This record gives sequence, C-alpha cells and structure tokens, in this order.
Amino acid sequence: MLSGIPISRLIPPAYTYPLLRSMDAMRVGAGIAFLALSAAVLPSTLDAQAPPAPAARFLVVIDAAHGGEDLGGRFGNQPEKAYTLSLSVRLRSLLTARGFGVVTTRESDATVNADRRIEIANRANAQACISVHAAESGTGVHLFVSSLPPAEAARFHPWQTAQSAFVMRSNALAGELNAALKNSGITVTLGRTALPMIDSLMCPAVAVEVAPEQPANPDEGAQDAAGIDDPSYQAHVAEALAAALVEWRADGMGGRRP
Amino acid sequence: MIPRYQTILFILLLAASAVMGVVLWQLREHAHKRLLRGQDSAPTQAPTVTPAEQATLLIANDADDSLSTQILSLPLPQNPEARARALLGKLFDLYAASGSTHPVPGGAASVAQVFLVPLPDAGGKKITGGAELAVVNFTGAFASSHPSGIETESLTILSVCDTLNANLPRVTQVRFLVDGQPRATLAGHSDLTRTYQASNTVLESGDGGAAGGKRP
Repeated sequence: MLSGIPISRLIPPAYTYPLLRSMDAMRVGAGIAFLALSAAVLPSTLDAQAPPAPAARFLVVIDAAHGGEDLGGRFGNQPEKAYTLSLSVRLRSLLTARGFGVVTTRESDATVNADRRIEIANRANAQACISVHAAESGTGVHLFVSSLPPAEAARFHPWQTAQSAFVMRSNALAGELNAALKNSGITVTLGRTALPMIDSLMCPAVAVEVAPEQPANPDEGAQDAAGIDDPSYQAHVAEALAAALVEWRADGMGGRRP
Repeated sequence: MIPRYQTILFILLLAASAVMGVVLWQLREHAHKRLLRGQDSAPTQAPTVTPAEQATLLIANDADDSLSTQILSLPLPQNPEARARALLGKLFDLYAASGSTHPVPGGAASVAQVFLVPLPDAGGKKITGGAELAVVNFTGAFASSHPSGIETESLTILSVCDTLNANLPRVTQVRFLVDGQPRATLAGHSDLTRTYQASNTVLESGDGGAAGGKRP
C-alpha cells in the first residue's frame, strides 16, 4: 500500500524537489481555475437561492464563581463553589430552552482563574454576562455592578477597567434583573462594588449573589425562609433571572457596543 | 523474658518523655502569655487620661445592606495615625460584639496599623495639610476569618473608608494591605488592590436603580 507513504519517500532524493514543485504548481493552477469559475457562476445562483442570514444568536455568559481549589465561602458543610455551579447549571438549562446561546466559564468543579474566566467571557462577545455567587449574610439576591466610573468606548480598553465602557448598560441589565426578581417575590439589593472579575468584562455584566431568603413577615414562622441550598429556592431564582434575560433580549440590548 | 536492665531503661525513658512533655507545655504557656502581654501594650492604645471626644462611626448592616451613622464618645489619641487606628479598632470591636449587625470576628486587633500619606497636588508636589491617602494594614488573621461574600466584604470596606473620611476629612483615598503586603481580595471577592475614594456613599435598596457604593 502506497497511500500512507509520503511521496518524497518513493522518489529518489535528487528528483524530489523539482517534482514536488511542479505538482504544487499544478494544484495551485487548478485551484485558481476553480475559484475563477466559481466567481463567475456562483454569485448569481447564491443571491437567488440563499435564505436570509439567520440573526446572530443572543449569547449569555454565565460565570459560576470559584471552583476547584478556590472554595469561596463555606456555608455549613458545603463550599460556595458548589452552590454557584448548581445555580449556573440551572440557569444554563433554562436559557438554552429559551433559545439563548450560553457560554459557561466552568461546567465542573474545576479551578479556573479570574483571567481565564474574563478571557472566555470577552471572546464570547456576549450580550449579557452573569457572575453567580452565594453568601450566607444578607437577604434575598444581591445584584452588584462595577463601581468603575462610566467611560467612553474606545478601540482598546485597559484590562482592569474594561467594564467602564459598559457600566451604563450593566446598570440597565441590573435594573432588568431587579424588576424580574422583585416580581417573583424575591428580596433584592442593588449595589456597586470593586470585583476584579466584573471590572474586566467587556459586556453588560452583573454579579448575582444569592443569600438566604427571609420570610416577609417573621411572625409567620420559618416556613417561608429559604436557604441557598434549597433546590426550590434556587429554581425560583434561576427562573426569575431567565425571565429577566428574556426581557433583556426583547429590549434589543445586543452586541458589544458599550 | 525481657531482661531487667531493659525494663528499667524503658521506665526511665518513659519518665524522661513525660517530664519533657510537661516542660514543653509550660514553655508554650509562658510564650503565649508573653505574646498576649505584648499585644496589650501596643502603643496605639488610647490613653485613658485623654478627654472623650465625639467620633462618627459608619456601621454596616448586613440585613439591609446599609451604613448607618453612630456617634460615640471616645478617648482618642491626638496623633492622626493612632487616632485612625483607634477609630477603626472601635469599629471592629462593635462588629465582633454579639448581636452585631455586621458580624466580623477579630475586634480591634484586626487593624495592625494605619498610615497617612500626603497626596500630591496637581503639580505633583506633596503638601502638608492637604489631602491624604490612608493605608490600612489588616492582620492576616482578620482577612482569613472575614466572612466571604460580595456584600459583606464590600460593606466592611465601605464602612472603613467612610469612618476614616467622617473623622479625618483630609483622608480622601484609602488603600489596604494585609500583613504589610498587597492582597488580591479581602476574602475572595472585594478587590483590595484598588485605591478607594473615601466619600459618603452607601449601597441602595432594590427599589431604585443600581447606584451608590464605593468608587475605586
């Protein structure tokens, strides 16, 4: 069988170079002829038959904070990284079912450093970036946007302050999330913070920190209280976040324009 | 059959081990007491003869993510750096107390030092009596034991910045160190590498738009 043997092994070395060069020239010539023919014939055919270009998929980046060696906080027996991954997976499923393109920074208990997460998110050119966290302090869901001052869009952005060009849209996204969560009966707190992961993102970005939900009326007892490890509470939060992102998509807040 | 001399040797060695264990335990206790005495005699301890002054502390509240003003009467040192440390010490004492609205362990010992550095003016000259940068040096034990979370870490930083600004108006910027070294985050979230602007801005409730917080 000759198929697996390089042609240079079958020809005496003295003849190899000129022969290969002539074969390459033949290939190149054939390629040029094919392209010329294609250019002459195909455009009109394609123009007539091609369906309209599909709209770019609405892309959301979900960052499950911590992971691997980085445990995050520790709540009872479980580290924060487990809660963030669980909520991230729920949210991804809901968004995928609603036709979103979803990019996640981790799908398992893996160590992914902040720069790698930022790189994944920024390469995705997403229309929304959600960084999922969990905490035991406070109540309900805390939404944080970058505390960087807003800045004009530029061709290049400093790594540590790239988010500054997107702060206004991040505020709008936080408002959308706030409305959806409150409509779902979840206590929401909005704030601004200096979070390295968020400050370097080049997309509308919000850090979502899920804390236990306290009952609206403590006198009613602890039945309404929901811990962050409560699957139904996590599902409730994920549903509200997905609903907010559906609204965000409907508002046409796409693209990487700051 | 074990020879008699080996039995005696074994008993002697066992007794020697026990004695050495007791001696080591006592040495450890002595060292611990000496360490505690050293901490008690820290030079930034507010002298009791100093007349009490009014101090404004910005107290964090995890329940509603807010900072509330609390005015206390405290004996404060005259030296600005010692004064800043005493203020932050009182703040962290309140956080470490039972029933705190922002529970953070560590107390006054959480703040190792506070340095005040004159900031340069527009021309690049450092002016005495002008704006100052406060460098707050936390202990490693404090950073390790601080509860993890964006909200709780942000509130700690906000309350430190605003307490310094409320009592030392010349402090316009704040930076943080842990054990004298720069550290990426306080407890896994809030950025400690940035310079924080000290001003009276607080987190908002979810009724309004996202605003407030501290600008790095």
